Order: sequence, then structure tokens, then C-alpha cells
Amino acid sequence: MKYTLIPLLPLLSFIVTILFGRNHIKEKAHFIAVPAVFLSFLLSVSAFIDVMNGEVININVYSWIVSGNFNVTVGFLIDQLSAIMLLVVTSISTLIFVYSIGYMHGDGGYYRFFAYLSLFVFSMIILVMANNYLLMYFGWEAVGLCSYFLIGFWFHKKSAADAGKKAFIVNRFGDFGFGLGVILIFITFGSLEYLEVFNQAGGITGQTINIFGTDVSTITLICLLLFCGAVGKSAQLPLHVWLPDAMEGPTPVSALIHAATMVTAGVFMVARSNPLFNLSETAMMTVAVVGGVTAVFAATIALVQNDIKKVIAYSTVSQLGYMFLALGMGAFSAGIFHLYTHAYFKALLFLASGSVIHALHDEQNMQKMGGLKKYMPVTYWVFILATLSITGIPGFAGFFSKDEILWRAYLGGDLGRFLWFLGTAAALLTAFYSWRLIFLTFHGKFRGTEEQERHLHESPRVITVPLIFLAVGAVAAGWVGIPPIFMEHGDKIGEFLAPVLGHPKGHGTHAQEAFVMSASIAVAVVGLIIAFIMYIKKTDLPEKLGSAFQPVYKLLFNKYWIDELYSKTLVQPVLKVSEKIILGIVDTKIIEGIVNGVPNLIGAFSRKFRGIQTGLLSNYALVMVFGTLFIVGVWIFLK
Amino acid sequence: MVPLSWYIILSAVMFSIGVFGFLARRNLIIMFISIELMLNSANISLVAFSHYLQSINGQIMAFFVITVAAAEAAIGLAILIAFYKNNPTMKVDEIDLLKG
Repeated sequence: MKYTLIPLLPLLSFIVTILFGRNHIKEKAHFIAVPAVFLSFLLSVSAFIDVMNGEVININVYSWIVSGNFNVTVGFLIDQLSAIMLLVVTSISTLIFVYSIGYMHGDGGYYRFFAYLSLFVFSMIILVMANNYLLMYFGWEAVGLCSYFLIGFWFHKKSAADAGKKAFIVNRFGDFGFGLGVILIFITFGSLEYLEVFNQAGGITGQTINIFGTDVSTITLICLLLFCGAVGKSAQLPLHVWLPDAMEGPTPVSALIHAATMVTAGVFMVARSNPLFNLSETAMMTVAVVGGVTAVFAATIALVQNDIKKVIAYSTVSQLGYMFLALGMGAFSAGIFHLYTHAYFKALLFLASGSVIHALHDEQNMQKMGGLKKYMPVTYWVFILATLSITGIPGFAGFFSKDEILWRAYLGGDLGRFLWFLGTAAALLTAFYSWRLIFLTFHGKFRGTEEQERHLHESPRVITVPLIFLAVGAVAAGWVGIPPIFMEHGDKIGEFLAPVLGHPKGHGTHAQEAFVMSASIAVAVVGLIIAFIMYIKKTDLPEKLGSAFQPVYKLLFNKYWIDELYSKTLVQPVLKVSEKIILGIVDTKIIEGIVNGVPNLIGAFSRKFRGIQTGLLSNYALVMVFGTLFIVGVWIFLK
Repeated sequence: MVPLSWYIILSAVMFSIGVFGFLARRNLIIMFISIELMLNSANISLVAFSHYLQSINGQIMAFFVITVAAAEAAIGLAILIAFYKNNPTMKVDEIDLLKG
């Protein structure tokens, strides 16, 4: 019961708020939502403690679908992995709910915002707590739906409504694969429950399935289909295009859904399915390569963007790439570790940038900011802490998790070595764009209008307090995963997760580990220095470089023209086919032809024959008499 | 003893008068009476055959016809009166609401 309440409380909050919000609750919506999610958080802590004491909870609360041998229950599995995820989801949700009280104050859809957020928290908890693939799929789709609601929260703005649609449609591609994967799991194993599937997984390694004449290993196909879902949800190449646009939503949404929790669902799902992925070399390689390439790719775009939220969005895509890189190298616990630290520092980056945007009255262009340090000290300092964390400065959360990933990649053979190089390069880029963001926003002279400058002020406490809490997380969250080189048994999170995720393969010497570590620290510092030179010392340098390397700059600034590519190759043809064939031929000609043709035909006949109906009784009588005579005549004649 | 053929001729003549009246006249009441005439011409031949064939069936049939005719007259006249209340005319040429 205790565990069932974890998802139930946010659901109740959603139902009450959406039903009574418009007329009764209105501006008091947070009095329902915040306590509900906070209680959920407390219950998650208690569940976490139970798991720490060695208990693994696997309960079925409701028989959902029973049809022949197809049995699905609504059941919850709380083991080490889901316990950590629950903590991450509910703790960050609580902080962001509090932040939203200040950020969304005075918005017309205040109650609606908290209703959707509550629904999102419910769905996300279901996603991580499910004990079978179908329930996870339910949560998976539900978080996607909430994401759509919240990206398009300001739906009167066309760009926001479009971004919501884009997110939803792009995710269709991934979720289609995920859905097929779930079906294939059921066909192969006859069950959807994790533990049963994983128990049987070893037995089907040799099994193949015939697709268009080629034999494909079943397990590889399952893994690739599942990963397809993860690519969509976690915005990896080539389905990353929706995430930067999703920043049209309110900033708390960007922080909670599009940075800390929902987008990491793909990482969680792959980690959850690790017994399957471990069996397929091909799938693991795909995961690692997609992750590594995305990490660098997204980071290069982030270098030149001017919208503060877009920079952080691309940074999210890049960090998610790191997580997949770790998963693909078999270091599942390192991936989850990075997910967990990333949730804190990235939520902090978003919320702090929200604080900046709020102070500037919805200005998001960094070129029009600058010099905010003295006006917004709290925001500035938490921003610095988050940046130290994401760039991997020793001691901060991001350092431990990112270093663990790079170290595991380094140990992973030739491919691993290459991916390590990509990861380190991405770390350099990360350091550069993160500091560029800080220098452009907080240092130098204010470049906005005078009107804005007069109203500059630090955000209210309801906004800064959650920032401070998150800053504590961004600094300290990594201390549960200190590598053995610094401290024996320091990697508590790895050991904690080992029963579910196993131990990573490969061993290296201390000297190698020290080399990997110093390389990542070095690039972090180099990135900082380059950014410092370009944006503090010689502020005309970026422009000069931009014109000197015009093609490269344009390529990056336009995000490799991927949106345009998709528009030309996918969107436009679909629109053309819809307009010319579906609308022009099928709808207007065939369907409307039938629908209008039948009555037209009947009408035409009627017009011909209506003359018979004179309405004169004598005519009818005459026809009747002669008709009778005719019939009798025929009858006699035939006899 | 009147031979059967006479009855048949009487019946046929009555029926023809009925048909002619039904087709030629334009007054609803007269048309109505013509229908009654046709029904009764049928009754005459039924009873005549019944007597000739020494079978009771024809007479039973005639009673049925009389019953139906009575019911038909009751309903038909009721309809005529109801109609006359709305359209004070009995000329069938002026009644053509069903014209297509």
C-alpha cells in the first residue's frame, strides 16, 4: 500500500486539480500539488531505505489484462535501480514544483500547469516502478503526452503549439520501434514481466528471426527496437530535433521533463533491459556509437547558439549521449550514475536560466544580456556551481560520473578508445560553451534595453531556495561514486546498483586511470580558458573567428541543417502526398464522389419518374384497373 | 329456375358499371359508391356459384366480403369527413397533394 501511494498521490492531485481547478482552486493549485509530490518523495525515501536494507519489492496490485496466455498486471518492482530513479524523480519534482509557484505566478493557466505537472510525475513514477514492459510502455506514452501538453502550454503562441506537435510526432518514430520491441518480447518469451523475461533471456541467444529473407538474431532485434524507442525519447541522433524546440515550454518544464527526468527514460529503459542488451554485441555497439557521436554532435551545435535555453538543451542532448555511451560500453551503473548527477546540475542550469529570463522579462537571447552578476548574485553563484559540475571540475558531481564513463570507454578496446576520444572532445566543447554562456550572461556590460536594466532584480525566495537546494545536489550528488583511485569502497552507487546492473567489465592500471582523469580535467580547464579569452579578454575575437570560418560557423549555427533536411525529405513529401493524393484524389474524388454520387443518382432518377405521381386519384384508379386487367390477362393467357 | 349464366351476367354488368363509375366520376362519394357496387357484384357471383355447386364455402366468403366492406365503408367515410374538414371539396381533381 505504501508503495502504491507513491504514484497514486500525484494522480489524485492531477484529478482534483483538473476537475476543480478552473472554478474553485485557481491560484491555490500548489496547495494540492506540492504536498502530494512531497509526500511521494518521502515515501520514495522510505522505499529507498527498504531497498538499502536488502529488500526488493515486487508486488502486483491489479490484474490489468487477462486474455488467454496474455497476462498483464499493474505491478511494481522496486529494486536498487528503480529506487534511485524514484528518488531522482520525486526529489527534483518537489523542488521544481516549489520553483513553479514563483515562476508561474499570475499565469492564466496556473492550475492547469500544476495539473499537468502532477500527471507527469504520476506517469514518470509508473514508468520507473513498473514490473513489466507493457506498464512501462504505458508510463512511457503518458510522459510523452504530458510533455506535449506542457511544451504547448502557451498554446496561443504558434511556435509553442508547433514545438509540441513536433515533439509528439518525432517521438512516434521511436515509440513505434519500442512498441514493436515489446510485442517481439512477448512473442519470444511469452511474458512481459521483467524478471521472467530476463530469466529466459539466456536461452534464446542462438534464435534467429527471418526478415525479408535475411536471418537476424532475435535478441539483437529486440534490443535495437527497444533502443529505437530510447533514441526518440532521449533525443539521440537522428531523432534529437524535437528537444531543442521543446524549450518553447515554460522553464520549469524544460528543467523537469526535458532535462532531468523524462528524457532520461530512454537511458533508464536500456539499463533496465541490461540482461537483454548484454547478450547482443551488435546492439551494445550501436548504443555506444550513437551515444558517443551524439555527445560530440550536440556539443558542437551548442557552441554557437545564442538562445540561453537552446544552449542548455543541446547540452542535455550531449550529456544524454554520454549516458548511452556508458550503457553501450557495458557500464550500466556509470550511465545511471551520470543520469542521477546530471538530473541535479542540469535542472539547476535550467532553473537558474529561468531565473535570468524572468528577471529580463522573457528575454532569452544571450547577446542582449551581460553584467547580470551584480544584480542576481544567488543566480550567478548557483550557475557557477552547476557549470563547475557539468564541466567536470574535480570534487563536483559531474566530475565523478563523467570520469567514470570516460574511464569505462577507455577500457573498451579499440572502439572504446575511439569513443573515449569523442567523449573527451565533447568535454572540451562542453567546458567552452558552458563558460561562454556564463560570460555572456553575467559578465561584461549589460546589452539589453534601459527599460530592462531598471527592472533588474534578484528573483524572489520561492525561486532562489529551490536553486540553492539543487546547487547542493549539483555539488554533492557525485560523492556517492568516488572512484577507488581516491578512496577504497568509494563507489557506493556502483556497488549498490550491482545486483541489478552488474559490474562493468575491464580493468586498468592506476596510471591509465590517472591519465584519463587528467585528460578530462585538462580539457575542462582549456575550455574555460578559451572561453575566458574569447568572451572576457578579447571580445571582438568571436566575430572575427565567425567570419574567418564562415562555412563552419553557418553549419553549426543552422544546426547542420537537419531540420531543413527532414523538412525537405520527410515533411514536405508527406504534405504533398496528403494534399495532392489523399485530399485531392482519395477524399475529393473517391470518398466525396461516393458520398455525393449516391444521392445525386437517386435524385436524377427521381426527377425522371416523378411525373408519374400526378396526385390525381382518377389516374391512379385507371392504372389500377388496367393493371389488374393486364395481370389477369397474362394469367389467363399463360394458363 | 333462373340459370346460373344470368346471375353471372348480372354480376358482370354490375361490376362493369362499378368500374366505369369509379373511373369516370369525379365526386369522391360517387366513387365510393362505385366501389361498393363492385364488391356486391362479386357477392352475387359468389352466392350464385355456391348455390350451383351446392357448397357452403361461397356463402361464407360472401359474409367475409360484407364484413370487409362494412369496415371499409366505416374507415373510408371517416377519412372523407376528416379530409373534408380541412379541404371543403369533394372534387377529386382538386385533391392532388401527392403530386410529385
